[in-house]
Amino acid sequence: MMPELGKYAGTVLSAYAVSLALLVVLVLASIVAARRTARQLEDAEERRKHG
Amino acid sequence: MGSIWEYANPVKFSRTVSAVLPYVAAAALGCLAVGLVWGFFFTPDDYRQGATVKIIYLHVPAAMIAINAWLMMLAASLIWLIRRHHVSALAARAAAPVGLVMTLIALATGAIWGQPMWGTWWAWDPRLTSFLILTLFYLGYIALWEALEDPDTAADLTSVLCLVGSVFAILSRYAVNFWNQGLHQGASVMRVEAVTGADTEEKVSNVFFAPLMVCMAGFVFLFLALVLLRTRTEIHRRRLKAIEARERMA
Repeated sequence: MMPELGKYAGTVLSAYAVSLALLVVLVLASIVAARRTARQLEDAEERRKHG
Repeated sequence: MGSIWEYANPVKFSRTVSAVLPYVAAAALGCLAVGLVWGFFFTPDDYRQGATVKIIYLHVPAAMIAINAWLMMLAASLIWLIRRHHVSALAARAAAPVGLVMTLIALATGAIWGQPMWGTWWAWDPRLTSFLILTLFYLGYIALWEALEDPDTAADLTSVLCLVGSVFAILSRYAVNFWNQGLHQGASVMRVEAVTGADTEEKVSNVFFAPLMVCMAGFVFLFLALVLLRTRTEIHRRRLKAIEARERMA
């Protein structure tokens, strides 16, 4: 299944590894920040209603 | 039909984001999966560049988004400066880290690709240098937002920085046309000559072009999804700060 990359295997695979790692970090950081902020806002809105 | 300015209302914007985000994210995931698998597993090696041609599916879309993210930030900054809509300033702020990651991917994949093809990781070539300066502008823009306490002042100053940085965003795209020198090749995907029929330059072969287009669509959808998500987060953060400020005063 793996294509024959020949002498450029290291080059191609490292380019993909670096890019995909950066994209995964960006997506995960965005999702985590979105969830954390939404939860904090929900708590604050609750406090405002009942306080 | 409603005006586009309705979306300057943070509540309306957040509601719309919640409705469309799953579809945009699914489109990004679908296009990236299809494009990258197609490009990596089912395209041949280039007769000159060998298997390194497979790097094109990440390098070109990332570079395209890196430049266009700044232009999107420019449009949002102008809307802030002219119409003072907070959502536009927050959208510009939300796009900056996405643009920065795209410039880093473009620079990293370019260096990795350049080493076996040019015999060097880096050269002070017009396009590479203008891209490096664009990266520094992204870092400066993000740092300026973080450094200023007052959000309106931060939005004003970052908007001005964005206007100045636009020169380098445009230069990154057209540097090879302005200075006919350097290692980096000219545009080989999107060219006016390719459409007008006067094209005699080398261009990307069809066998690589189709999966590249799918990858580019995937990166556009990914950028859109991330900017929508991060803008909504910024809106929530702003609301949270306002509530906390009121609590402190009470």
